[in-house]
Amino acid sequence: MSTLLDIKNLSTHFNTSAGTIKAVNDVSFELREGETLGLVGESGCGKSVTALSIMRLVPSPPGRIVSGDVIFQGQNLLKISEAEMQNVRGRDIGMIFQEPMTSLNPVLSIGRQLREPLELHLGMTKQQSLSRSSELLELVGIPDPATRLKTFPHQTSGGQRQRIMIAMALSCEPKLLIADEATTALDVTIQAQILEIIKDLTDRLGTSVIIITHNLGVVARYADSVNVMYAGKLRESGSLDQVYKEPKHPYTVGLLNSVPTLDLDADVRLQPIRGEIPNLIDLPKGCAFIDRCDYAGQKCEESEPELEEVEDAHFGACWEHKRVSKSLLGITS
Amino acid sequence: MTTGSETMVDIYQDPPLKTRVRKTFATSWKTLKSNPNLMIGSIILTVMVGIAILTLLPTASTVARYDPTELAVRERINGPSADHWFGTDKLGRDVYSRTLHGAKTSLYVGIGVAIIVTIVGTSLGVIVGYNRVADNIVMRVMDGMMSFPTLILALALVAALGSSLTNVIIIIAIVDTPSMTRVVRAVVLSLRERTYVDAARASGASTKRILFLHIAPNTLAPVIIQASIFFGGAILTEAALGFLGVGTPEFIPSWGNIISSGREFIRVGFWIAFFPGVFLALTVFAANIVGDGLRDVLDPRLRGEK
Repeated sequence: MSTLLDIKNLSTHFNTSAGTIKAVNDVSFELREGETLGLVGESGCGKSVTALSIMRLVPSPPGRIVSGDVIFQGQNLLKISEAEMQNVRGRDIGMIFQEPMTSLNPVLSIGRQLREPLELHLGMTKQQSLSRSSELLELVGIPDPATRLKTFPHQTSGGQRQRIMIAMALSCEPKLLIADEATTALDVTIQAQILEIIKDLTDRLGTSVIIITHNLGVVARYADSVNVMYAGKLRESGSLDQVYKEPKHPYTVGLLNSVPTLDLDADVRLQPIRGEIPNLIDLPKGCAFIDRCDYAGQKCEESEPELEEVEDAHFGACWEHKRVSKSLLGITS
Repeated sequence: MTTGSETMVDIYQDPPLKTRVRKTFATSWKTLKSNPNLMIGSIILTVMVGIAILTLLPTASTVARYDPTELAVRERINGPSADHWFGTDKLGRDVYSRTLHGAKTSLYVGIGVAIIVTIVGTSLGVIVGYNRVADNIVMRVMDGMMSFPTLILALALVAALGSSLTNVIIIIAIVDTPSMTRVVRAVVLSLRERTYVDAARASGASTKRILFLHIAPNTLAPVIIQASIFFGGAILTEAALGFLGVGTPEFIPSWGNIISSGREFIRVGFWIAFFPGVFLALTVFAANIVGDGLRDVLDPRLRGEK
C-alpha cells in the first residue's frame, strides 16, 4: 500500500519564560493507507503536540513548528497557506478529541454542528446535509437520529457525544483520522464500543488512523503498528508484534510491565517505571531515559542514541538494545 | 430506524409559524412564572414602556391630561390635587404630565445606551479576546477611559459635545462601553480554550467563522444580563447629568431634569422631585431585578433541568 502520511524530522517547540520546551523533537514516521498506528507514551511526551502539528493547530504563540515536513498525499502541509489548510482539516484529516463533554458547542444544536463540515467542504445544501447527518448518526449507533439532530449537547451523555464527534470527524470521509485520547474520559464499556465504531467505520472507508493513547491494551487490540514516544522523541517503532513481543527500548519494556493482566499471579507486583519524565527544557546530554533505566551504562551518559533499525522494519533508540528484553511479566498481545 | 426517507424529510420541516409562536409564548410564560424577580421586573418595565408609548401618540393629552410644557404661572408650586395629581412645579407645569413624558426620554436613553453598548462592546470584546495585538491596543484605551469616574468623564464629554438628547445617549454609551468590552473579553478568553473551538478548527472552520458562529453566541447570556444592568445605569446617569444641569435640555422633560428643577423647592414642594424620583427608582430597580432574573434563567447549570 502507498504512503499516506510521511513525517520527516518534525520539531515543535514552545517558547516559555523558563526556556524552550522541545515538545516534539526530530520525529519522523510514515503511515500507509488504511494503516492504524498507535502513538503511545506517558503524559507530556509529545503525542498530542505531534497530532496538533500535523493539523497545524499548535497554539501559537507560544508553540512553533520549527522544522520538518509533513507530507500528506504528496503535499507538504507545513508549506501550504492557512486557507488551503482549512480545506484539509475536516475534509482530508479528521480529528477526535479527549474531552467529549466539552468538544461540542453548547449553544448550537447537534444537527447544526454536524452539518457544518458537510456544508463547508462538500458544498451540500441544508436538506442534503441534514439527511447525511442523520445517516451519520445512525452509522455511529445513535437511536432516532432525526430527533437527536434537533437536541443540544447538554441533553446527551458523554459516550453519545463522542459518537457524535466521530460522526463529525468522519463526515467528509477523510483519508486520515487522528483520535487523540478519544476514549480516555469514558468508562471502560463505552470505551470498547467507541473503539469498535471507529475501527468498523475506518475499515469500511479505508481511512488510516492514528490512535494516540497511553492505554497499551487499546493499541494491542486496534493498531497495526506502534510508535513509542518519550520526552519529545520516538524511542521505538515497529509492527505491533515486534514492539509488544520483543521490545527494543527499556521504556517500552517499562510500559509493558506496568500493565496488569488477568494471567498474573496474585502475589506478583507490577513494576512501575521509577522516577519521572525529565524536564523538557533542560534535557540530559545523553539518553533522556537514563535516570529511569535499568540498563544505563557509560555510553548512555555521553551521547543520545538515534533511532536505528534493529531488525526488519523495527526501530529502536537504545545503545543497549541487544540486552533489553521483556521480562516474564507483561501483557501478551 | 426503519423510517422511510419521506417521513424523515417531514421531521426536518419547521412547524408552521402559528405553532412556533404559541410555543415560544408558552416557554416564555413558564420561565417568567418560575422566576418572581423576572416577573415583577418585567411587569414594571412593561408599564413604563406602555406609559412612554402612550405619551408618544397624538392622544397623549388624554393620558397625561396636560401639555408638559404648558405654563400656569398663577398655579406655581401647588401640592397634589384633583386637577394636578402630582402637583405643579415652579412654573406651574403639571408634574404628572411631565413625569409621564419623562418616561419616554429616560427609556429612550436606557434602551439607546443598552443597544449601542451591546453592539460595540460585544464586537470589540470578541475581537480583542481572540487577537493579542488588538487586545493590547484596545484594552489600554479602555483602561484609560475606566480610570476616570463615570460622571466626571460624562461631564467632560458633555462639555465637549454639547448637551442634546442624542449626545447624552452617545456620551453614556461611550462611558459604559469599556465595562461591556471587559466582560465580553473575559468570557471569550475562557471560551477560546474550550475543546469545541479546537474541534471547530480541526473540522476546517476559519477564524471568522469560529468567532462569530461558535464564540459570539456563547457570550449571549452574560451580554444580555450586562445590557439590562446598563439600561438601568444609563437612566440613572442621565438623571444625574440632568440633576447637575448638563443633561437633557430643559424643554425635553426627563426624570433627571424634573428632579433637578424640584431640588431647590424641596422644602416647600417635595412633590416636584418626589414623583419622578419614585418612577426613576422603580424603573432602575426593575431593570436590576430583571438582570438578576435573567442571570438565573440563563445559567447553563439550571437550563438543563427544564
